[in-house]
Amino acid sequence: MVTTQPRGVVARTGPDRVAALVWLGLALAVGGQFAALLYAPEEATMGNAQRIFYVHVPAAWVGFLAFAVVFGTSLGYLFTRRRSYDLAAWASTEVGVVFTTLAILSGSVWGRYAWGTWWSWDPRLTTTFMLWLIYVVALMVRAYGGAGGQASRFAAVLGVIGFLDIPLIHLSVVWWRSLHPLPVVVRPEGFGSGLHPAMLQALLVNVAAFTVLYLALFSVRRRQMATADVLAELKDDELRLAAPRWAGGQEVPS
Amino acid sequence: MGALSAVRLLVWKDLLLELRTKEILTAMAVFALLAAVVFNFAFSPSPAQAAALLPGMLWVTLAFAATLGLSRSFVLEREQQCLEALRLFPVDRSLIYLGKAAANLLFLLLVAVLILPAMAALSGIALGSRLLPLAAVLLLGGVGLVAVGTIFSAMSVHTRIREVLLPVLLFPIASPVLIAGVKATAGILAGWPLRAVLPGLRILAAFDLVFVVLGYLLFEFLLEE
Repeated sequence: MVTTQPRGVVARTGPDRVAALVWLGLALAVGGQFAALLYAPEEATMGNAQRIFYVHVPAAWVGFLAFAVVFGTSLGYLFTRRRSYDLAAWASTEVGVVFTTLAILSGSVWGRYAWGTWWSWDPRLTTTFMLWLIYVVALMVRAYGGAGGQASRFAAVLGVIGFLDIPLIHLSVVWWRSLHPLPVVVRPEGFGSGLHPAMLQALLVNVAAFTVLYLALFSVRRRQMATADVLAELKDDELRLAAPRWAGGQEVPS
Repeated sequence: MGALSAVRLLVWKDLLLELRTKEILTAMAVFALLAAVVFNFAFSPSPAQAAALLPGMLWVTLAFAATLGLSRSFVLEREQQCLEALRLFPVDRSLIYLGKAAANLLFLLLVAVLILPAMAALSGIALGSRLLPLAAVLLLGGVGLVAVGTIFSAMSVHTRIREVLLPVLLFPIASPVLIAGVKATAGILAGWPLRAVLPGLRILAAFDLVFVVLGYLLFEFLLEE
């Protein structure tokens, strides 16, 4: 647990890479929105409503990426018990839930225009919704899971179980009829062949922007958590030093 | 001690406890019957609707009855410090998982045996020759529910919000069991050929395999002090 302390100090003195990530992510996001709204052509059947695509797809991608990171770091935590893995899993769960929420909400708005309904129990929507629920529950486990590393252990177990459950959830919901559009980016006919080139470029800029924003938010949260650890440790030390004074009812000569 | 006899001992321990207290099975069975009644109040289905509603009612009832049994499973161990004794049991921790899961499965299947004919009778559906495929679906689904449920039961008993956390953990993860279980049951009741039901059975079997193995591998992380 003490390992977090030097990192807190280093982060203050060295070049602030986290801030650089934040600025890079924001710059890319602004560029991405220009590309999505002005550069990419209007879609033939859905019109301008289709431009939600440039938020929806990157957000969904980052959600899955974040939960894959949770899976890897959870395994790492279970086998090494290093606090840094645990904090990474926690931070990635939080950011992943935020981006999955964004993907679901933007998809819902888009679905209202494209399909005429806010929600349909289509395989990919259902899988994403279940995914969102699993990681919201993982945050609950973090909050109520108990002290002394127990919550971390439980959340790590759930991080492993939840991720391996995704293909099973998807298989079971695919047993229903699909309303979601077929893949347009990664297809057997070649990468991006289902999209207008300008649309693909706009999409890729936005995917890059969202990925960098994920890394930035992830790093910020992880640093905050590490700092909170250091602070808790300092408070503990202070209490321990003060304890004999309080117990004896008089000052201990220093 | 051999692995098999260790698991048998653990199951026997839970059975003996249940034979003496009769808490878990009574609660699960009465709850399941109540659920069947409440569903009929809620939907008051016509005979035709009853056939369509039965699969869903059956699996929702089983899933909630399972959470009742599962939440007791580790509360009992904790109350009398039996968990410490279990930790001292000189076998692999993974076998404790298998033992607890097997006992939980036994309770759930007993409730299923009771509730399936009861619900069919209340809905006026003759099971007849469909009993065997239905039993296969219930067995596969039951193993899946209990395989993840035992993991989450061991987890939630150590948290502040115990009984509340268990269903919240269980239902999203066990959703493939509910989806495939309901659809396979509906298919069997509608007289589909076996080929049409097979994908569901395969999903259930895959789920069982994945989570029994995961429970076996991960359980030691849940029993740490």
